[in-house]
Amino acid sequence: MTIGQDAIRTKGWLGAHRFLVLRRLSQSTVLLAFLIGPWFGLWWVKGNLASSLTFGVLPLTDPYLFVQTLAAGFMPASAALIGAAVVLGFYALLGGRLYCAWVCPVNPLTDLAAWLRRRWGLKSGRVPDSATRYWVLAGSLLTAAATGTLVWEWVNPVSILQRSLIFGLSGSVLVVGAVFFYDLLVASRGWCGHLCPMGAFYGLLGQKSLLRVTARQRSACDDCMDCFAICPEPQVIRPALKKVGQESPLILDRDCTNCGRCIDICGRDVFHFTHRFDQRSDL
Amino acid sequence: MTTNPTAKPQGKTGALPASTARRKFLNGIAAAAGGGALLTLASLLVARPAAAQPAQALRPPGAMAEQDFLGACIRCGLCVRDCPYDTLQLAPAGSAVAGGTPFFNARAVPCEMCDDIPCVKACPTGALDPQLTDIHEARMGLAVLSDHETCLNFLGLRCDVCYRVCPVIDQAITLENIHNPRSDRHAMLLPTVHSDHCTGCGKCEKACVLPEAAIKVMPLKLAQGRLPEHYRKGWEEKARHGGSLIGDQIEMPVRGLEDKAYGDVRLNGEAAPNSLNSGWKP
Repeated sequence: MTIGQDAIRTKGWLGAHRFLVLRRLSQSTVLLAFLIGPWFGLWWVKGNLASSLTFGVLPLTDPYLFVQTLAAGFMPASAALIGAAVVLGFYALLGGRLYCAWVCPVNPLTDLAAWLRRRWGLKSGRVPDSATRYWVLAGSLLTAAATGTLVWEWVNPVSILQRSLIFGLSGSVLVVGAVFFYDLLVASRGWCGHLCPMGAFYGLLGQKSLLRVTARQRSACDDCMDCFAICPEPQVIRPALKKVGQESPLILDRDCTNCGRCIDICGRDVFHFTHRFDQRSDL
Repeated sequence: MTTNPTAKPQGKTGALPASTARRKFLNGIAAAAGGGALLTLASLLVARPAAAQPAQALRPPGAMAEQDFLGACIRCGLCVRDCPYDTLQLAPAGSAVAGGTPFFNARAVPCEMCDDIPCVKACPTGALDPQLTDIHEARMGLAVLSDHETCLNFLGLRCDVCYRVCPVIDQAITLENIHNPRSDRHAMLLPTVHSDHCTGCGKCEKACVLPEAAIKVMPLKLAQGRLPEHYRKGWEEKARHGGSLIGDQIEMPVRGLEDKAYGDVRLNGEAAPNSLNSGWKP
């Protein structure tokens, strides 16, 4: 049986794709906020995801880029400092990798690759260690420090894709295509789940963040494995669902992106969004 | 599933003996570190050759020196959005200019030198120096009349277009009046760029009437030479000290040129009026 049939039968298609639809809406809303400027002359939001100015007052700066410039030996001016602090505070409080699942434009692409892999039954390839991203993160900061330039930003697929979409630039096809085909043919969830230093950064940022998924009704689990199949970071589910190394029903792993697909896909409503202090559990 | 050595320990590794568990753990770290190093080195490989600024890509006003700029610019494009003349562009990924950084091509759209410098005000990081408040202090590049063979003024015509369009006319570009040795009876008015006033806006390059501009704005590093630190110009030192520091030169008579200044070997003592060498001194 294909993944998610159970959920669609009990909750209907929309119920079984609720958070997926909301995420696609969120991702496109972010992009549209930048695009209504060049398209319709409504300059509510200027810049791009690296740094932006909303309604002429609210600066937002990507803290990972900010840290890279610090590593390169440059202290950015106050606008970038305030912008980075706002974004940093938001994700540290709410959920680090919310960025990956709800904002990042690479996510629909790697989701598509994962969907095709499931659909075509591709099992090929070799998956790198999922800690590789932390080494890439360290490497990006080390090279910035050694060279004084933002070396990673030359190849960062996240930066390149969002910038190309917002500014209508060409040239993103190579690196973005590389990510897509890597995820499709070489490593399942290879980029977002194993290599991306930006995801690693936001993960570290949100270690103690509030928004969490809980396996509150874990007694209802019938081991259908749909959540493991759909989850972009399947290793995060087991401790909460099967009490491996923890009693709490909360998914506390920093790798969890809060995408909510486990909630969607579960036909028995095991999972829910909650806050990190909610320890209610039926098991 | 691969192990995740940096994640919190997820219980004991089952029934594996300690040495096997340790080996698995270390192998995991090695694989992750190797992969990380590989990606990092690959990014260096891409970044290194691209770090040189191409000759026809000029940075916005107030941009730091290229090396520093590449460490300070976060590629947000706010300067591009606030440029009222669509002069500035963001470089696409994989182009000769570092991907995502702002630049302009003077021949396509030059800088209009706005008084309020909106691009500098938009920059959130200060990669475009907020200290720059007078656009005339900007040094985006330096105009160089690079081709003396095709410049119409060098051919003896009165084109003068680069001089006329210069926003800092008569300071950044002057017309130097010299004798035309080809016709021997006309003047050549040579457009001459002065680095202490040229902002590098590129209006001269944009306006050059030739199919390929004879005057081009280049990044300062490419356009300018530099004297060694220890060089002193004799005439400047002389003016500063109110006289020669090494005493007056002894003038020895030269046979046949007794009535001329020392070293003056020109046939008639008078220089042509308005010629470049009219101020000639031995």
